[in-house]
Amino acid sequence: MGTFKGGIKAVALGCAVAVSALMAGVAQAAEPIKIGVLHSLSGTMAISETTLKDTIMMMVDDLNKKGGLLGRPVEAVVVDPASNWPLFAEKARELIEKDKVSAVFGCWTSVSRKSVLPVFEETNGLLFYPVQYEGEESSRNVFYTGAAPNQQAIPAVEYLMGAEGGDVKRWVLAGTDYVYPRTTNKILEAFLMSKGVAKDDIMINYTPFGHSDWQTIVADIKKFASAGKKTAVVSTINGDANVPFYKELANQGIKATDIPVVAFSVGEEELAGIDTSNLVGHLAAWNYFMSVDTPENTAFIKQWHAFTKNDKRVTNDPMEAHYIGFKMWTQAVLQAGTTEVNAVRQAMYGQKVRSPSGYDVVMNTNHHLSKPVMIGEIQSDGQFSIVSQTEDAIKGAAWSPYIPESAKLTADWTFPWVCGNCTEPKYTAYAK
Amino acid sequence: MIKSHLARVTWVLRGLHAFVLAFFLMTGLLTVGVAIGAFAASSAWADEYSDALAGLAAPAFNDKVAAIDALARLGDERATPVLEAMSDNRLYTRKEDGRLVIGGTGRDIALTDAATGEALGTATSRDLTRINVNNALRTALGGAIGRLQINNADPAKRLAAAETMARDRTPEAMALLRDALAREKVEDVRAAMALTYAKMSLTSTDPAERLAAVKEVSGRLSSEVRALVAPLAATNPDGSFAEPDPQVRAAATGLIARIDQRLMMTELALNLFQGVSLGSVLLLAAIGLAITFGVMGVINMAHGEMIMLGAYTTVVVQQLFREWIPAEFFGLYLVISIPAAFLVAGAVGVLMERGIIRFLYGRPLETLLATWGISLMLQQLVRAIFGAPNKEVSNPGWMTGAFEAMPGMVLTYNRIAIIIFALAVLAGLAALLRYTPFGLQMRAVTQNRNMASAMGIRTGWVDALTFGLGSGIAGVAGVALSQIGNVSPNLGQGYIVDSFMVVVFGGVGSLWGVLAGAMTLGIFNKFLEPYAGAMLGKILILVFIILFIQKRPRGLFALKGRAAEA
Repeated sequence: MGTFKGGIKAVALGCAVAVSALMAGVAQAAEPIKIGVLHSLSGTMAISETTLKDTIMMMVDDLNKKGGLLGRPVEAVVVDPASNWPLFAEKARELIEKDKVSAVFGCWTSVSRKSVLPVFEETNGLLFYPVQYEGEESSRNVFYTGAAPNQQAIPAVEYLMGAEGGDVKRWVLAGTDYVYPRTTNKILEAFLMSKGVAKDDIMINYTPFGHSDWQTIVADIKKFASAGKKTAVVSTINGDANVPFYKELANQGIKATDIPVVAFSVGEEELAGIDTSNLVGHLAAWNYFMSVDTPENTAFIKQWHAFTKNDKRVTNDPMEAHYIGFKMWTQAVLQAGTTEVNAVRQAMYGQKVRSPSGYDVVMNTNHHLSKPVMIGEIQSDGQFSIVSQTEDAIKGAAWSPYIPESAKLTADWTFPWVCGNCTEPKYTAYAK
Repeated sequence: MIKSHLARVTWVLRGLHAFVLAFFLMTGLLTVGVAIGAFAASSAWADEYSDALAGLAAPAFNDKVAAIDALARLGDERATPVLEAMSDNRLYTRKEDGRLVIGGTGRDIALTDAATGEALGTATSRDLTRINVNNALRTALGGAIGRLQINNADPAKRLAAAETMARDRTPEAMALLRDALAREKVEDVRAAMALTYAKMSLTSTDPAERLAAVKEVSGRLSSEVRALVAPLAATNPDGSFAEPDPQVRAAATGLIARIDQRLMMTELALNLFQGVSLGSVLLLAAIGLAITFGVMGVINMAHGEMIMLGAYTTVVVQQLFREWIPAEFFGLYLVISIPAAFLVAGAVGVLMERGIIRFLYGRPLETLLATWGISLMLQQLVRAIFGAPNKEVSNPGWMTGAFEAMPGMVLTYNRIAIIIFALAVLAGLAALLRYTPFGLQMRAVTQNRNMASAMGIRTGWVDALTFGLGSGIAGVAGVALSQIGNVSPNLGQGYIVDSFMVVVFGGVGSLWGVLAGAMTLGIFNKFLEPYAGAMLGKILILVFIILFIQKRPRGLFALKGRAAEA
């Protein structure tokens, strides 16, 4: 049975290759391969997402200089979903159905990803999502190149618990009020409790998007920290609300040596708008920092500066994720010999890219990457100094073991599982 | 003893550090000067010192901590600049010879040898490997510097050292502090040392010492002291007292009760301050709207964009200052920004009124749509000129930081400045309306346009200038708001809803209503926030306003008489 199915697949695959080769031959040798870029170029998220659009443009430019893909040039179709979540879904459909793009690189907030997900699943599209997120998801049509909680949140908290991080015993979980911080904090709370932290030693606080008056919350944090146990703040505050938050911390004289703040959504780009001299020592956890000292990173930064014609532009983690995602997609298309989604998806598994962080990053069958985890402290020049970094790449887990209902689930898109959220393999019968 | 030591020099060199240390502690030779005469000892000393220095560059975290600790114990003053440099991320190893060097700031880093203080020319960051420090190391460094400086000749340094040592509760630190305290002559340094020493000796084994310590710290009713004293008043799980001595226990319990009372007071005062501060932000945002919407009745959806233009003017003025004006006058850029922002936003306001709004008087729905369109256009224009990312506005020196009015009550300078500024703007505007001919004409036109026109007032121009005034004041608000928030093209959107809320709540057309409305909402919000959270707090405020408007549709300070009917 298995071989029969495999046979059909092979035939289908062969047909697809033949048809695409035929079409390419018939139409024109240089019919471009289209990819979609779905990032907000206006509205609240434009601050972060515009850079990601530029990253993809840089990668496309680079690829075309090398002679394109499968003998065809690559063309990026850029649309602007304007930080408007339902518009993301409309634009995604337009890209896939009207422009017939082979893959889409896009989205930042989890809300926007959740909004486009049904479109990609219905039309069997391919989305590369480059931002750290809350996990608890694995779609057949999405490759998650950002960090899952076990590649960012959990290692950061573990670092602070250790001697090097200052033996933190009391925790403030502060976040913006939407799905990513709420889920991450749920995982973190369960994790901290499993490590023996009492409920009284955890304070959870949510604020709306764009919150600007942090006086009360910072004063509350100070009060919470004055109980005599070492306290740290785990921040999932998103977007530009971070600027007044850090300003208030600095003004109220909270030093990183007293109450360190570790952030999951603050990178080089976000710090560009803040005077960081009072923030030295506060932390961030990512899989990449611009300050990583590897030849790959030097080349990456040089390429970025040359492309943007501005040597002041910073690089950051989601940009690196797009770099990896785009390279992997290129490699997978070359390997499959076609841009057809099913073939490319199969070719993605096990695809390896030497990343700017200096590691061999691998795509797993749960659609998440194996990436290194790095913890950096903010410096006075707005860069991070890396204070801790994992020896090996860590495999991203879609489902957190710390939430009981998700601990049972497995994501694996190869036989016999072929499923993103199952408690047992879908094709157990065939596996026997 | 010295003889036997001489014989062991080579062994010492190989690392019998503990032995040497014991030897020196025993003989009390705590300065290099006294160590002369014993050549071997001084060379061993030097070696131990340089060993410890070299340890700072060790890759492992624990080795670095050990090296810092060793330097602190050696008590060699030469270590202070090295440790300070390390804490500031300025300690490097040179790649060519692995020498430990202290770097200056700037692109070409001026190097000095960490061990000898000899100048070594300059280098670029490529030739150096920075010695990484993290927060835990920085804390250890602070403690070590404190210990090294507790006997410094400079009283200010001793004071700082006494304060940093509070975190370092090791017996060595206590012994050092006790000696320093006995020698100290300067009164406030003595007080700081005594306080720190008392904090350390709260955990002493001698009940009399604990009692003295509780008495000493009771001069400072802060939450830090509360946390330190709390164990003395605590009960064990089995119901017995953690503190065996009843006298100490009673003193501790009494102190905690006093601190709790004080903390409640400070919290109340702090909430009030924060409320007034939030109120002053709301006031600033709404004053301009009180003119354009309150007085003229124009539903101006582009009001937020006037604030945004003011903030961007600040950015431009700041940039000009950075490029053209010497750095020592940089703090003055805010003073220049205020009239500049007024003129820019005011001019845009006059243009808007003459170009669009005057054709739409009496058609509120069209006005609303048109001004909303203008707001989108202005946002896009700014985005096209300045780019989408946030602009950095640095606070002048006098606006950063805070002062502690009493323990636990931290008032930040930027908030205080904004409260004063908001009240000044309001007073200025009230004076303008009350005492100037323009204010008189403005009031005349709003109260009875036809009569004013018959008296020879050019009502059209008064309308334009009034709208310009409202917009200009919004621009001035932008200067202040750029100091506490983000400067981005959509800055205005964050304030537009709040502004309308304040004006409607306070009473349309009344300046005092705006003041009362802003302060009420600010204080109400801040007293609600600790219980309801920021999110629910905002919702509750909105619900409150809706209910209030049901009861009093004209707001807190309703205009009475014929003007209100017009």
